[in-house]
Amino acid sequence: MTRCFISGSMAVAEAAQLAGVQVIAAYPITPQTGIVEALARKVATGLLGAEMIPVESEHSALSAVVGASLAGARAFTATSSQGLALMHEVLPYASGLRLPIVMAVANRSLASPVTIFNDHQDSLPERDSGWIQVYVENAQEAFDYLLIAYRVAEDAQVLLPFMVCLDGFSVSHTYEPVDIPAVELVNTFLPPFRANYPHLDLAEPKVFNVMAFPEHFEEFQRDKHESNRKVLGLLNEVYDHFARVFGRRRQNLEAYRVEDAELVLVGMGSMMGTVRGVVDDLRARGQKVGMVRMVCFRPLPVQEIQAVLQGAGAIGVLDRDVSFGAGGILYQDIARSMYNSQGKRVPAVNFIAGLGGRDVNPATIQKCFYRLASVASSGYITSAEELQWPDENEALLRAWGVGDKHGN
Amino acid sequence: MAISLKSLPEEEFVAPGRGGCAGCPAVLGARMASKVLGKNTIQVTSTGCMCVNYGYYAATRFPFVHTLFENAGSIISGIDAALKARGEREGINLFAYCGDGGTVDIGLQALSGAVERGHRFLYICYDNEGYMNTGTQRSGATPPGARTSTTPVSEISPGEGRPFRRKKDMVRIMAAHGIPYAASASLAYPLDYLRKIKKAIAIDGPTFIHLQSPCLNGWGLAESQGVAVARLAVETCVFPLYEVEEGRVLNINVKPREKKPVTEYLQVQGRFRHLFTPRWQGEIAKFQAEVDRNWEMLLALEQATGSRGNQ
Ligand SMILES: Cc1ncc(C[n+]2csc(CCOP(=O)(O)OP(=O)(O)O)c2C)c(N)n1
Repeated sequence: MTRCFISGSMAVAEAAQLAGVQVIAAYPITPQTGIVEALARKVATGLLGAEMIPVESEHSALSAVVGASLAGARAFTATSSQGLALMHEVLPYASGLRLPIVMAVANRSLASPVTIFNDHQDSLPERDSGWIQVYVENAQEAFDYLLIAYRVAEDAQVLLPFMVCLDGFSVSHTYEPVDIPAVELVNTFLPPFRANYPHLDLAEPKVFNVMAFPEHFEEFQRDKHESNRKVLGLLNEVYDHFARVFGRRRQNLEAYRVEDAELVLVGMGSMMGTVRGVVDDLRARGQKVGMVRMVCFRPLPVQEIQAVLQGAGAIGVLDRDVSFGAGGILYQDIARSMYNSQGKRVPAVNFIAGLGGRDVNPATIQKCFYRLASVASSGYITSAEELQWPDENEALLRAWGVGDKHGN
Repeated sequence: MAISLKSLPEEEFVAPGRGGCAGCPAVLGARMASKVLGKNTIQVTSTGCMCVNYGYYAATRFPFVHTLFENAGSIISGIDAALKARGEREGINLFAYCGDGGTVDIGLQALSGAVERGHRFLYICYDNEGYMNTGTQRSGATPPGARTSTTPVSEISPGEGRPFRRKKDMVRIMAAHGIPYAASASLAYPLDYLRKIKKAIAIDGPTFIHLQSPCLNGWGLAESQGVAVARLAVETCVFPLYEVEEGRVLNINVKPREKKPVTEYLQVQGRFRHLFTPRWQGEIAKFQAEVDRNWEMLLALEQATGSRGNQ
């Protein structure tokens, strides 16, 4: 085990190398570029004996990785934002072919207007593509989950592609100490690859991506769904194994100081580090607050969500995304998880913050908790209170006439 | 590099029970190619008629991927890389067999990238001059004046109304990438077609063959007329047969002793019927002029670059 001071992007590249990926196809886009560049250096210097395909687009990046995986190789790609949007068509194709591809997504918002900065607007809308999705908090988690991703994706009861999402810049570009295990140790957790799924094989020719008519199609989809659900249980077993091998424990979600918490804020990604700090501050002042950081988002760990939010008096969901015309994407899933839970119904408020890289700072989080406190004490919420923008710039909203008439 | 029909295996790689139209020339093209490629072949085909053909009843004996509409070039790149990474690349033919839509339009970028990077594969575009699987819509390979469902004919519309350039010249587009081998081929000239395949798969690099493949339904032809119309396309110089090596050396493979007028090609096809009405008959002269211009250009290119006798 070596402790290295590296960025999240470099941690991803280290993990891909240790996973022994055989084919890499990727196209550069900020903030993912560091991952591709690091891998290109490894291949060019012989550190990593993989084929690297410098494709001409992200659509082709994922397509080439699909081809590689179909031909029985462990394959890797990485992208962000517009690149992931360009891959959109290939995502359900890859999951339908049941290929254990792993992709790192350095999260960045989507144009227009143009931004290179972070939120979860690129990967969250891809939640329905059949891919497993996790959202990590820091470089070490990015490293760990990349190994976990291959292990789970390649499991015979899963065989689904896996997306490891790390926040652009705040994780991808931030240097942190990361523990990198020796390859021998990694091999005991993730053995070298042997394609254990139907693939292109001259000895046993098969046709891939057949036509399915209505009498069959639904069962194909159902199978994708059931396999995705199996991931939850499998992940918990894999975390055990991971902890035995590497001495660190990972989990589908992190519940922080929720045991007796009245107000709980739920969210994903690097901003949750700030939430943890604010929880500590407020606790020090005697307020019963807690945090739930979702890591595994697809499949959705509904029972684990219910278990940790059961006792809350009010739930806040901090979304770094918008489903326009509805609200946050994470909120929808948390709210529906709680709707069918055993406990009493409690108010759930949706906070939208951190869009396009806007800083989510302690003041943002405090505002969320204050709002939650007032909603909790009033006992019910109106639709106006359901959606909150804690960092809204009132002057700008007024000057631009946001939400008013558009055009000339 | 000659080839004889006798040297082809009896073995069939295109199985019975496909879902295609009776007499479909694209199936004939695939079947002929498969006999030269032999059993150590992996095939990819972009969304289109050939996937409907193969995809439901698994009517091929090759490992086969029905790709998306536009990513045959990149999927085959990944297969090439994976086989290399696994040390299993030797002795395997990678073969793409894709429609003109999947090649000259929506799939052009992926194909361009794949050949530019130098992956080893043979790509045959079966060109039926339209999106046929979806019911005869125009493509960038539809000739001017052709009736399709998206270029209907009326008093004010002559069918495909693109200015009179013949159509996207895919062989020269591929040759402009400097790839080792690019050629056009016709089902009416099977020995020429088979020879080109044999030549292509011996090359360690990307190779491209553009096969004209008349569509019985889309062109308005009788079931038995596919190959006859393909022959007329060559005899009228509407679809010249030539090859380009290393992006530079262009040789014409078939020079009709007497170039037939384009009317002989046009008049047998339902999609051009309106060109023989008073409203649109003026288009025929433009069609002829364009074919003549293109043929002259090819002759001049051969004169300037060709290496006669290197076949
Ligand atoms: C991205 C995308 N756009 C459109 C389609 C619909 N579509 C399927 S096949 C096809 C036409 C195929 O044309 P071509 O490649 O010429 O092959 P052909 O059907 O003529 O054999 C179209 C438009 C699709 N499947 N995917």
